Amino acid sequence: MPDMSRCIRLVDTTLRDGSHAVSHQFGGEQIAAVAEGLDKAGVPFIEASHGDGLGGSSINYGKAKLTDEEILRAASKVIRSAALTVLLLPGIGTQEDLKMAADCGARAVRVATHVTEADIAEQHIGLGKKMGMTTFGFLMLAHMRPPDVIAQQAKLFESYGCDVIYIADSAGAMLPCDVKARIEALVNAVSVPIGFHAHASLGLAIANSLTAAEAGARYLDSTCRGLGGGAGNAQTEVIAGVLHKAGFETGIDFYSIMDVAEDIVEPMMHRPQVIRNASLIQGYAGVYSSFLLHTYRAAEKYRLNPRDILVELGRRQMVGGQEDMILDVAYEMSQQKEVAQNEADNSNACSRL
Amino acid sequence: MYKIMRSRRLKMEMMAGIVDSPGIQRAKSLGIRATTDGIGPIIDDPQIRIVFDSTGAKPHMVHAPLLEAAGKIAVDLTPAAIGPYVVPSVNLSGLSDAPNLNMVTCGGQATVPIVHAVNRVAGVVYAEIVAAIASKSAGPGTRQNIDEFTQTTARALCVVGGAKKGKAIIVLNPAEPALLMTDTVYTEVENPDEKAIRASVEEMVRTVQRYVPGYRLRMPPTVDDHRVVTIIEVEGAGDFLPKYSGNLDIMTSAAAAVGEALAVRMLGGR
Repeated sequence: MPDMSRCIRLVDTTLRDGSHAVSHQFGGEQIAAVAEGLDKAGVPFIEASHGDGLGGSSINYGKAKLTDEEILRAASKVIRSAALTVLLLPGIGTQEDLKMAADCGARAVRVATHVTEADIAEQHIGLGKKMGMTTFGFLMLAHMRPPDVIAQQAKLFESYGCDVIYIADSAGAMLPCDVKARIEALVNAVSVPIGFHAHASLGLAIANSLTAAEAGARYLDSTCRGLGGGAGNAQTEVIAGVLHKAGFETGIDFYSIMDVAEDIVEPMMHRPQVIRNASLIQGYAGVYSSFLLHTYRAAEKYRLNPRDILVELGRRQMVGGQEDMILDVAYEMSQQKEVAQNEADNSNACSRL
Repeated sequence: MYKIMRSRRLKMEMMAGIVDSPGIQRAKSLGIRATTDGIGPIIDDPQIRIVFDSTGAKPHMVHAPLLEAAGKIAVDLTPAAIGPYVVPSVNLSGLSDAPNLNMVTCGGQATVPIVHAVNRVAGVVYAEIVAAIASKSAGPGTRQNIDEFTQTTARALCVVGGAKKGKAIIVLNPAEPALLMTDTVYTEVENPDEKAIRASVEEMVRTVQRYVPGYRLRMPPTVDDHRVVTIIEVEGAGDFLPKYSGNLDIMTSAAAAVGEALAVRMLGGR
């Protein structure tokens, strides 16, 4: 009988969070190859969706190459033992989308809200439960609120019937001590298992995931090669090795998952998944990871430094889903720059008189 | 209530609720008849011709047939959407004779005018909006039925705005100090003539400002290939609700404008 407190279940989200890093352009064959590899390596939960979840394909978040239905069917036809998992952000995706996902073979759903807004998820969690899905409550940008506030929100999720409750460091802004305090608060507040979703903006994705496990988390998110929004996530193949060394059981075959990362996922990557200055700033300023590529585009269009846009978004306390405010900030900055330029030109003209 | 009290043509006759709420108490303190017996006293009062229902979708489903049978016009501020959608700046002049008129959603009231303004000069193939509202101004009704917001708004982008396809997204933001309501309107158009689109949208903004003074352009229509993006904000009037509640203000202002138009029709155009 294994010691359950040393068992960790991994949710691989290469085909969901990783979708951000390829601007939601995964094709059917790619999805099938990754899903099949993960399933064979023993990953228990395989998440596949647009990066912003069901219904995420949009001008605001980027149109996906495939529909939600095509993505899920591509994954579900190759998965034998893992639970095909979908993400749903109430306000973006709907209960209709969730029914479609269940029809396509999804067996688990993660209903995600901003860290203070758990009560918009009650209907979706209820539907997930009713359809017999493993239902996760997922609190995003959890660095923005202290542990006691997050614990209150977790209690709401528990009251709606969630099987697992996650805290997501969506900006990669947490230090290990922040993770420890939050996981411990949740473990004490609710009786369901707790999970943690890391981002690598400050180079702490693996350290934070291990800290979460040591603090009592039973579920961890990861992606092969760390493929994900912003600086990416905890690498599945790395966390699998780290957890084994730390004495945790994951049920994952270490060599197989390494091969999935190197042979299947790596060739699909559009760019190396590294911490560039803009993604470092996301962790430092606490900005939602998936804003990164949209910020690069806005910065190019308005000839601004992406870093300045991200810092302003952090100052304004923008939350997940507000990609449109990247344009708003960039437009405002370009207007200010124009005004400053005109004033400089005028004063130069004056001094020449 | 305050908006109706300001009208020359409408008289604030009764405030009805089911508990002795702050709203009921406020009405009483202003000398307005108030009841906690629900819809009954309204039905029984032949003086009342127009009823603004801001209860919730489910109660409104019950109220609607009762009001119709009593010969009263219902202006529905819930997502029940039994009657046709009304967005005053777009379709008030062709106001339906239906006994029940639906006010769409706050996001719909803010964004449908923009889609319509773009559509009339550029032809909107697809419209997508992102409504961001302050967490504090989203009540339990919105929170428990958030899909109704996105689905109703998306339909109104097509039915009233004229888009061939529509999508709506809502984001709640708890930032302090609370943010003003902001709405981003993306459209994919047939004729991306930026100058014509800007003129049309600016004219529409002035039209909406007549009944929602805090309605403003944050980012004028900006064309990128065949896509147009426009960002607006809605500041509440601030006479009763806080200024960040532009989402509530635009709903009540639009409903009051509909009430006013109904009154004009009842009074024979005066």
